[in-house]
Amino acid sequence: MNAKQIDQQTLLKDEKDPLTHTPVHLLSLDGVGKHYGNIIALRDVTMAVDNGRVTCVLGDNGAGKSTLIKIIAGLHQHDEGVLHVMGDERKFNSPRDALDAGIATVYQDLAVVPLMPIWRNFFLGSELTTGFGPFKSMDVQKMKDITLKELAAMGIDLRDVEQPIGQLSGGERQCVAIARAVYFGAKVLILDEPTAALGVKQSGVVLRYILQARDRGLGVIFITHNPHHAFPVGDRFLLLKRGKSIGYYDKKDITLDELTAQMAGGAELAELAHELEQLGGHTQALREVQAEVAEVAEAAYESNAKRH
Amino acid sequence: MALVTAPAPKTAADERVAKRSPLSTLMARPEVGALVGAVVLFIFFASVSGTFTQPNALATILYGSSTIGIMAVGVSLLMIGGEFDLSTGVAVISSALTASLFSWYFSMNAWVGVVIALLVSLSIGFINGWILVKTKLPSFIVTLATFLMLTGLNLALTRLIGGSVSSPSISKLDGFDSAHAVFASSISIGGVEVKITVFFWIILVAIASWVLLRTKVGNWIFAVGGDANAARAVGVPVTKTKIGLFMAVGFCGWVLGMHNLFAFDAVQSGEGVGNEFLYIIAAVIGGCLLTGGYGSAVGGAIGAFIFGMANKGIVYAQWNPDWFKFFLGLMLLLATIVNLIVKRRAELK
Repeated sequence: MNAKQIDQQTLLKDEKDPLTHTPVHLLSLDGVGKHYGNIIALRDVTMAVDNGRVTCVLGDNGAGKSTLIKIIAGLHQHDEGVLHVMGDERKFNSPRDALDAGIATVYQDLAVVPLMPIWRNFFLGSELTTGFGPFKSMDVQKMKDITLKELAAMGIDLRDVEQPIGQLSGGERQCVAIARAVYFGAKVLILDEPTAALGVKQSGVVLRYILQARDRGLGVIFITHNPHHAFPVGDRFLLLKRGKSIGYYDKKDITLDELTAQMAGGAELAELAHELEQLGGHTQALREVQAEVAEVAEAAYESNAKRH
Repeated sequence: MALVTAPAPKTAADERVAKRSPLSTLMARPEVGALVGAVVLFIFFASVSGTFTQPNALATILYGSSTIGIMAVGVSLLMIGGEFDLSTGVAVISSALTASLFSWYFSMNAWVGVVIALLVSLSIGFINGWILVKTKLPSFIVTLATFLMLTGLNLALTRLIGGSVSSPSISKLDGFDSAHAVFASSISIGGVEVKITVFFWIILVAIASWVLLRTKVGNWIFAVGGDANAARAVGVPVTKTKIGLFMAVGFCGWVLGMHNLFAFDAVQSGEGVGNEFLYIIAAVIGGCLLTGGYGSAVGGAIGAFIFGMANKGIVYAQWNPDWFKFFLGLMLLLATIVNLIVKRRAELK
């Protein structure tokens, strides 16, 4: 499963052609692995990110999604395989390193400081300054104006960028974090489970921001455990399970049902059914799980048949 | 309070973000609770004591406040940055002892001792911060250990070098008079002698406020106290910020230590124990959140002023000074409760 095998053919129905095509991948991983002591957290992961494309990383809890993004974001270093940024082999020593290489991460816990005003959060770590030497101070008015403008561009209308960011809703905070990454010239945007804690409507809003970021030419890595969120926006799908890649697909090669089947793992569902059976009782629950096993198997079979 | 509960404007673009009234914006400032407390206390002492509002008495109160306030500046910043320091009380004395013992033992110019003391004070701060970020132990443990070690070192080294519990007099040394003029003189304003520490205090508060509100380092201080992991993830140098804060506390300790030394000509090696709590109390009364991420330098200054008023006010009111500690405890409790109420009310608005 080589990252280079996948070309940039797929265009979604309403997708714009990427503004620029780079001859090399924006970011690519080849056989990347990581272990903590004797625990193998991740092994042999191969994937690529291009501008104007969304690469989805799917997997259940403990599949190694967090480890993967921590490597790309510079919080951890991989100890196997290679990571290329624009064709150059890299190993990030700190989040600052990754940021300087144009890789911005929006974390699950959002990396915002709840008690601080929105504009201070927006520019945290990259403050604008005026003056020089020891008299360098923050350009507060400019920072407030830009925050207001950038958030308006993302569709959030705020009157008061002075309010603590903790007062915003989960979806709005995601949006601030995404707008921040876009503003600071990120080339690659990593989104760590942005829809995990959100309701249906808020999730839809966040998915729209993902597409907006993509249309602005960013390469997006979208981490999620929900294939229904990943499939509509993704161009490529990397499936992880127990720290290993179990599949890397281009959108044209896979359907939502197949993705779901792979994700939910027909095998796991069967196991669950078996365990329920052994416990005895709970006939209603057992019947439901068995029905689902059959459904998943059928879907996988059908789409296989369609392709071959 | 009537204005605070006034109805929100009806024509808001987003119904969830109603425009705040200027008053509720003011009420959301961290130091407002302390300011209200300070005004109440001032009126109270002014009404029970005729001498309390005399210019000379005010200068004395300001001097008392400044000896707490200088340290409260550093301690407030550190508390906003999410840490606190129990070694500050004895670190002040360590600084003073270093200056006096060094210049006395080598019979050098007093200014040499002053510079060495600055280096020692900054080093104490650096070591506190460095151990903290390397071991990730709570600052309570790290600085408690420093507190005990410095207490011991102060006593042992003073006896070893000077042969007494008090450092030897350095008033005969070269440079003593100029150092005295810089660190311990008085400036006459309209016939009232105001101690120079009051001006140090005001300058330090002004610098700290500017740093906190108008520089990126200030942004980092709020961030490392509010959520260190989030701050690190967006590229804030958390380690440097925390170590820098401990060194700023060290610097404040040096300023106060030099005053303690040059106001007289010797220092008692056992002094300073317990003062660290006064600085922390001043910061907390001033609205700094113990858990970090919220507060102001001005708040710490108001906290120190409340302390100074209570301390001297009891004397001017001709009460028994035994009551002072009780009074301080009560002030701390009331101020923090007022802060809590004001903050909740402001956040609801």
